Amino acid sequence: MTTIDASAGAATSEGGQELKSRREISQKALMREAGAVLRMSESAAAALSEVQGDVGEDQSMIINMGPQHPSTHGVLRLMLELQGETVLRCKPIIGYLHTGMEKTGESLTFLQGGTNVTRMDYLSPLNNELVFSMATEKLLGIDGDIPERAQWMRMLLSELNRMSSHLLFLATNGMDIGAVSMMLYGWREREEVLRFFQKVTGLRMNHNFIRPGGLAADLPAGWRDDVLRLLDMLPDRLAEYEILMNGQPIWRERLQGVGVITQSEAIALAATGPILRSTGIAWDLRRDMPYLKYREVDFDVVVGAHGDAYDRYAIRFNEIRESMRIVRQILEKMPSGDFRIQNKKVTPPPRGRIDESMEALIHHFKIFTEGFKVPEGEVYVAIESPRGEIGCYIASDGSSVPYRMHVRAPSFVNVQCLPHMMRGGLVADAVAVISSIDPVLGEVDR
Amino acid sequence: MPVAVGMQGVVAHESNGQQVLFVEDTSYLAVVTALYESGFTMCVDLTAVDYLANPARVVPSGVVARRFEVVVNLLSITDRERVRLRLQVADGDSVPSLFDVHPSTEAMEREVFDMFGIRFDGHPDLTRILMPEDWDGHPLRKDYAQGRIPVQFKGAAS
Repeated sequence: MTTIDASAGAATSEGGQELKSRREISQKALMREAGAVLRMSESAAAALSEVQGDVGEDQSMIINMGPQHPSTHGVLRLMLELQGETVLRCKPIIGYLHTGMEKTGESLTFLQGGTNVTRMDYLSPLNNELVFSMATEKLLGIDGDIPERAQWMRMLLSELNRMSSHLLFLATNGMDIGAVSMMLYGWREREEVLRFFQKVTGLRMNHNFIRPGGLAADLPAGWRDDVLRLLDMLPDRLAEYEILMNGQPIWRERLQGVGVITQSEAIALAATGPILRSTGIAWDLRRDMPYLKYREVDFDVVVGAHGDAYDRYAIRFNEIRESMRIVRQILEKMPSGDFRIQNKKVTPPPRGRIDESMEALIHHFKIFTEGFKVPEGEVYVAIESPRGEIGCYIASDGSSVPYRMHVRAPSFVNVQCLPHMMRGGLVADAVAVISSIDPVLGEVDR
Repeated sequence: MPVAVGMQGVVAHESNGQQVLFVEDTSYLAVVTALYESGFTMCVDLTAVDYLANPARVVPSGVVARRFEVVVNLLSITDRERVRLRLQVADGDSVPSLFDVHPSTEAMEREVFDMFGIRFDGHPDLTRILMPEDWDGHPLRKDYAQGRIPVQFKGAAS
């Protein structure tokens, strides 16, 4: 340890993470920083007269927004350089929720790993579990053998999770803009979906229900009626919310033309999900790189045209409807059969067998204590989460714990868009811009 | 197959059905630029692995395994194709930054620096991103054990 500390100490004298004041930094450093904020190279940033047009030191000030600001969705801290009410520069400072989940993942077996990844994006836990399980299955070489019913069940849960996540977005977006009634409605509707999750998985959040090889249990009796009740209830309410918000000039004015991002900028910043689609690029992994059974269902990819906060809101709103459309098709097509793979290596014996067979008991014990060994190799699997592309990179050394487990979190990458979207905007719009990114800080910091 | 396969210092490989290109530090930037021009315009992910505890890992012939590996995932939206680059990095070596080609790597390279201590030349703002700025050590290194060191508090007398 001592040798590492010595070398590491030398490597960490990198200075502060904060946005520095103009007084403290040289013109060249200012340029470089603006380049980082604008996501341009130094030369390209220098070409911008806007940057060179000097703001008097006494005319601008740097203020902190967060990490305890209610509309920063957790513990996101933004340092804003303001001139009056205009945002000149902005730098998101993250890490306040960092709990070393990737490090923790290196000491949990592949079966336990789900409990870890599910807590990253806590608003779409089932998508996290899904991508982790799919990566593990690919390493095991069983990704082609997952039973039909397990795949359809995964799709059902994934889509319902998308709905609950977007419903919560409607709530928080409403609250940030000032439509407090929408906050209550959004939370209420989300709770209806979570109630179904509780019935299926036993938990409202952090389910650890999708596991390598399939799922933890089959759907409970009466699940179909519960889903149908949800599908019958939501359309009317969504129509109501559409009138409540879209029909309101104040709402539209607060979002339209705010936080604009272009197609090339979104691609350069690797923004995915509703942010990328709001610029008009129809990129949805469910359609463009299909996984599970998305080939067999019919749905539309919702795209925007202006790349502003309103488009991102409208895309998420309509994605709830598309998800409902998918869920209806899942109800029709749900096959019977196994809910997990019948591979003794990966799947524990059923509970009933443990009482009658000593071997089954030992096998069960082994799988849950030692875990199963995963062949050496590395793999990257990505799926479409409500926030964009969530990817899981696992490097295995042939043991029963991942050698390295990395999650490509969509929010972590999308937060990089903030400085760009806020530049030149008003400080009041900053709230609308953060909200339209819909970051989950548990996933940003991991 | 991507255009970069035939380039100097590139070893093409397939890993679980996914395209992987092993690159060298001399060819790294050129390969990324060539891939960018052939449609791989999005750098979705950049991360690293510390292979200190697994030095005997399998790499294709022609690739010299080193302690760290920087892993870059590129995506082509037009061709609906992915390619993964793996670059071997020795302890203490630095890597050219991809910031000029893919601005999205700004936060990702900062994270790799923070977690592994790999430096990126030409990065505009290489500071810690997740850990406090006065933190000692790089947590995702394999010789940085969980719970081995006392909890560090910012500003506290040690």
